[in-house]
Amino acid sequence: MPSSPGPLGKNIIPPGIKFLPARSGPDWKRTVSANEAEQFERIVLPHLDAAYNLARWLAGNDHDAADIAQEACVRAFRFIGGHRGGDARAWLLAIVRNTAFSWLRKNRPRAVVSLDDDELVEIEDQNVPSGAFHSADADALRAALAALPPEFREAIVLRELEGLSYKEIADVAEVPVGTVMSRLARARRQLQSHFAQKEGES
Amino acid sequence: MNCSEIRPLLHARLDGELDAVNSLELERHLKTCAACTAEAKSLQSLRFALRKGDLHFRAPVSLKKDLGQFVRDLGGEKNPHKETSRQWLWKFLAFGATSVALLTLLLRPAGISAPDALLNEAVASHVRSLQVEHLTDVVSSDQHTVKPWFDGKLDFAPDVKDFAGQGFPLVGGRLDYLDGRAVAALVYRHNKHFINVFVWPAADAMKPAMEMRRGYAIINCATNGLHYCLVSDMNSTDLGELAGLCGR
Repeated sequence: MPSSPGPLGKNIIPPGIKFLPARSGPDWKRTVSANEAEQFERIVLPHLDAAYNLARWLAGNDHDAADIAQEACVRAFRFIGGHRGGDARAWLLAIVRNTAFSWLRKNRPRAVVSLDDDELVEIEDQNVPSGAFHSADADALRAALAALPPEFREAIVLRELEGLSYKEIADVAEVPVGTVMSRLARARRQLQSHFAQKEGES
Repeated sequence: MNCSEIRPLLHARLDGELDAVNSLELERHLKTCAACTAEAKSLQSLRFALRKGDLHFRAPVSLKKDLGQFVRDLGGEKNPHKETSRQWLWKFLAFGATSVALLTLLLRPAGISAPDALLNEAVASHVRSLQVEHLTDVVSSDQHTVKPWFDGKLDFAPDVKDFAGQGFPLVGGRLDYLDGRAVAALVYRHNKHFINVFVWPAADAMKPAMEMRRGYAIINCATNGLHYCLVSDMNSTDLGELAGLCGR
């Protein structure tokens, strides 16, 4: 069964990425050259931690994350001919996120909310107090991050944990840069209010 | 610009993605607006907390090793086990229920730091050490050669002893990686069996516990501030004897 190029259909395929139809099952029998194996080792494996980290944050547990990261790497191997230089990490992360979101839609349809991304100029709630986070312990942060909708979580993980630029995140998530900015702002707003609430409770 | 126009720009400023024109306006606004300044500080502290919060998950060693093996098998250089190589290929490429079930079962039971994960890692390390002919970094039956070799490579000093007199000659040592840290791997031989003894610091003492994984016997124990994890394909009684010697 051929896979669709991207989860959102209207894909903005990052430069250097060429999505080939995924071939699976017994019809996939071509011989693998040592060169491709070498490419895989050079291009994909160094970014395995980043791939796993994104998969882990999207899947929410070790077991599914390892499956997703593994499937993504195998897909990356199939697409390796489509990697035309450029940032290998962003390239791999794009494949990971596609794999993860396909998996989420299949296994946790409720977790994948359809975000109204056209609503870019959101009227921000400015009444959320601007608190400090120095006291927020790692577990509380982890829980707050895990509670975000996956698209928001993805934006934060790519920006704060992987250090990707807006443009790179846009490429990975296949959305315009404006959407990335909106998602980041809303995600941070939610994290802020999460801790503001907690502080209010205690 | 008013505050509601400024707020979205605070994120771009934080992320270093603000252009010069907006940047000037923003800084001018911040000088006069306490609320926006507080928001900028809050965003900064959120960034700080996220980055120092140790939120980055690292790929499990088993996944790294499996994919490494996958690649080596794809490379196919003088692999005598053609059949095995093809099995690996299928296992990964088909990505069917079989592979998932198999891998789940064999390589990666749930839980990050569960002892189960450690046992599987230890077995995987042991198997690898024999497969790729990387059993030892320092080959010597002399404990006074092996022990100093670890100096500066680890943040602790493993206790290295030769038990040739008891039937377990020391073969050598190497660095390995287990349970998220660098460990010493001491290699012993017993008849034709190799034994990997992984050593790293332990907080508490622990009585020897024997486990079987994929046909390998594993013994974990901790004594004198060091954790010993012994893995071998030999019988558990003999392995227990060596564990006793190590922990003495």
